[in-house]
Amino acid sequence: MSKQTQHWEKTRGLLFTTLAIWFVFSIGIFLFGAEMESVTGPFGYPLTYWFTCQGSLGIFVILIFWFANRQEKIDEEFGFTERGDD
Amino acid sequence: MIKGNFIDNLPKVYGIYTGGFIGFIIIMAIGEQMGMTSKTIGICFVAFTVAIYAIIGYLSRTAQADAYYVAGRQVPTVFNGMATAADWMSGASFVAMAGGIYFKGYGYMALLVGWTGGYVLVASLLAPYLRKFGCYTVPDFIGTRYGGNLSRFLAVVVLTVASFTYVTAQINATGTIASVALDIPFQYAVYVGLISILLCSMLGGMRGVTWTQVAQYIVLIIAYLLPVFWISNKMGAGFFPHFMLADEVARIGELEQQFGFVKNAAADLKTVPKGLAGITKAHSAVNATPWAFISLALAMMMGTASLPHVMMRYFTTPSVKAARKSVGWSLFFIFLLYSSAPMLATLSKLSLIDPSLPTGIIGKSIAEVQAIDWYQNWNQADLMFVSDFNGNGTLELNEFFMGGKAVVLATPEIAGLPYVISGLVAAGGMAAAMSTADGLILAIANALSHDLYYKIIDPKAETAKRLVVARVLLVVIGFAGATIAAMEIQGILGSVIWAFDFAMSGLFFPLVLGVWWKRANREGAIAGMALGLISGAWYLIWVRTGGSGFLGITQLTFGIFGSAVSLVSMVVVSLMTSAPNAATQKMVDEVRVPSGRSILGKQ
Repeated sequence: MSKQTQHWEKTRGLLFTTLAIWFVFSIGIFLFGAEMESVTGPFGYPLTYWFTCQGSLGIFVILIFWFANRQEKIDEEFGFTERGDD
Repeated sequence: MIKGNFIDNLPKVYGIYTGGFIGFIIIMAIGEQMGMTSKTIGICFVAFTVAIYAIIGYLSRTAQADAYYVAGRQVPTVFNGMATAADWMSGASFVAMAGGIYFKGYGYMALLVGWTGGYVLVASLLAPYLRKFGCYTVPDFIGTRYGGNLSRFLAVVVLTVASFTYVTAQINATGTIASVALDIPFQYAVYVGLISILLCSMLGGMRGVTWTQVAQYIVLIIAYLLPVFWISNKMGAGFFPHFMLADEVARIGELEQQFGFVKNAAADLKTVPKGLAGITKAHSAVNATPWAFISLALAMMMGTASLPHVMMRYFTTPSVKAARKSVGWSLFFIFLLYSSAPMLATLSKLSLIDPSLPTGIIGKSIAEVQAIDWYQNWNQADLMFVSDFNGNGTLELNEFFMGGKAVVLATPEIAGLPYVISGLVAAGGMAAAMSTADGLILAIANALSHDLYYKIIDPKAETAKRLVVARVLLVVIGFAGATIAAMEIQGILGSVIWAFDFAMSGLFFPLVLGVWWKRANREGAIAGMALGLISGAWYLIWVRTGGSGFLGITQLTFGIFGSAVSLVSMVVVSLMTSAPNAATQKMVDEVRVPSGRSILGKQ
């Protein structure tokens, strides 16, 4: 298997992981909005309310930075990083 | 004071700018104490900030195609994040979002999830690859990846339909704010707004827009957060509202139980001015079906990843790596405002409806409420209304009506903050609407000048001539947008949501599959764009003209239907026709790794 194919396979794996996490916090949990409602979430907000106004949003921010770092590692591993960038 | 090259000095330049802006706010506050009228303060805020943007726009003037189209590809990650956040957060986010949450609660908050979650798709599916491609515009990618003038042309059509729907709403918003702050009729204010917008982008193109958007972000985030923190502290709700409003949210729930949601008679509701609404839905409780929530969020997420004015911001970063990080920073800066909107809605609602607070009006006598200064002001502006439907002389929850905009615009005044804050909020709203309008007009003008004129009509045109065409188009599109905005056909928020649906119907799958599916070919992409856009538009018209719709897809989520048609037709047609040639396959391989030259090279 060529270096490029391996690189792409790892990249695709990372994409699927990222999209799976994204799916859980943008779609999955809201299937259970009514069920989560009686649970108390962080800072004392009802859990559903907390996810819609802070939780999911914050998780997306962290997810993107995590994804960017992982992807950089993959690029480094196969020697596909750009030269001379900051 | 500043030595060396501009890019290296960015933190210093914007640090000084932020300090200067805070200084200006303090001067205005002192002015207010010394008796400046509220009208003068409003004019000063809008005029001062717009003048600054115009100066930045002038200093960024350029005659180079690279600088005009992609800001020279040297915008650092964090600053590009701020510029994208300003580009992204429109008048709708700034002025209308908190109001929507105030009135519709949970069901509406699907927009918060949708307008942030989309960035995960941008970061993982598209932005880094399009950056590697090295294109100037989104249709540039479609045209080169799939080949042929028809595919490029269709991408331009989708881009124009989506962005133009969006931009009329933004010019409308600038006009609304300019007319209130400068006290001139809306029909003229629209053009004042337009000229301010063009001052930023006309001379410097993307470079001018980038540096004004950073400046506009700073203004709008200060203007949004300062009142939220101030009101929270003043009410004694907690010094850091985001972490400390659980009691307030619970208290609203209690009050809702206590008052109940009384349904008004249709005849009574007829007397309420158009556009105003009462509180009829629970504040924090789940009030929408899972599918209603998820379909709206999904449509907004896929729309985010297809809107060209956002995507093109990531063409300006120095590298592929920087493009990825920059998406994260964009979302961080957006998060600061979006996570505050529900807090503002909570504070605003509680201060109005809680009888135990001095600002609460529910339970007071109607005559008493009608005598309040701020009530009279906002009633005159057609944003507030009370009426004694049941004739008991006391104001009930179902007898109080407010416009969506009033939540952001009026809450500082209701909570008893000085007028200087209201002036600041006007400047922030103006910044939000202007920055988005600039990004959109530039996206349309660039697509028309680069893809339609240069790539299709006259491939031999000189750079100077291309840039003249680009600027002429910028002005023409701006005026067309302003003319339509002056007719006031649709509301701000509705047309923004439609823009997302149009973009996802026509562009989401052609863009994503262009990178992730090598087998996708020209015929498939053409079918995907054309059928996606047509079926999406058809569904919208059908539902608007009394159609019942299916699968719970409404006029706000018609993009789900459009993009499904787009996906199916693109896959089927691609598989029925021959695979792309070896050169195209190789191009896709190159796009998938960050190293090496960009596909389009230096133009």
